[in-house]
Amino acid sequence: MSGIFDLFKRRPTANVARERLQILLSHERASVGQEGLVATLREEILAVIAKHIPVDRDQVQVKLERSGESSILEIDVTMPPVRVRAVA
Amino acid sequence: MAKVVVVTSGKGGVGKTTSTAALGAALAQNGERVVVVDFDVGLRNLDLIMGAERRVVFDMINVIQGDAKLTQALIRDKRLENLMLLPASQTRDKDALTSEGVAKVIAELREKFDWVLCDSPAGIERGASLAMHHADIAIVVTNPEVSSVRDSDRIIGMLDSKTERAERGERIEKHLLLTRYDPVRAERGDMLKVEDVLDILSIPLLGIIPESQEVLRASNVGSPVTLNAPISAPARAYLDAVRRLRGETVDMTVPSDKVGLVARLFGRRAA
Repeated sequence: MSGIFDLFKRRPTANVARERLQILLSHERASVGQEGLVATLREEILAVIAKHIPVDRDQVQVKLERSGESSILEIDVTMPPVRVRAVA
Repeated sequence: MAKVVVVTSGKGGVGKTTSTAALGAALAQNGERVVVVDFDVGLRNLDLIMGAERRVVFDMINVIQGDAKLTQALIRDKRLENLMLLPASQTRDKDALTSEGVAKVIAELREKFDWVLCDSPAGIERGASLAMHHADIAIVVTNPEVSSVRDSDRIIGMLDSKTERAERGERIEKHLLLTRYDPVRAERGDMLKVEDVLDILSIPLLGIIPESQEVLRASNVGSPVTLNAPISAPARAYLDAVRRLRGETVDMTVPSDKVGLVARLFGRRAA
């Protein structure tokens, strides 16, 4: 909700800028020369999975989430329906 | 012993050219022999800020290609006889600036001047890389704003790895020049503070240039702000920065244009 009252309770934003920069730069400094890291990881992980199950490359989502101390690399692979062998 | 200084930033529009002109003029006002060199091939502007745009005949690429002597390409400032400009070329062919050619020109300038100030183009490509390559000292121009700080961080990384000094395993002296600073907005919490930027970039501070209408006024008329309005806040900030660059210890302040009522009524006319 925004209204005329927001003018009076406006929060300072410089501290947000400082925190965002600190997090971003700690990651960017660590990853100098590793621009292709996510792409490489994606390819190699896919190759391993493909050895065992057929995967559609369009069904793979790669996400990278950076936070203060660490990053989370998330790989979502939608598997084809696994055929369950009927048990006699 | 001549000093080669690169004025760089990564991001465009933060005040590299303005600062090169102001610092170059301020050094010359202190009696030093100075040349300001425009590295922005295809988009030169230092000539315009220095008020020499109508006197450009030859440029650095003409010198590199042997079409003109260095002395023919250098333009002497109309106000200060110990201040010279080497313009960039307006050619679209950026490859005309060769690394050997630049090395030769810089070596020759080192013999003729006390200070060689290189105005880097924005970006992290070849032009920026050539501008910083031979530098002994880097002045990183930064605005108190997130994108400018991030790009400065990238440039600091390049300075530590891609310059001639870095390649020889030596240290390149780096200084932060914070421009367009507004102490009132910073105090209110709406702008990154000096300490925030210093904390993030961790390089020593050369000066704080306050946001001021005098900067645009100076560029309108083609005169470095230290010459056009020497007692204005940004000019005093640039003059202080130059004293620090020459090794003096000067208290760090943010000069202000704000004047009291009495000064407003009487002081301005006297100035």
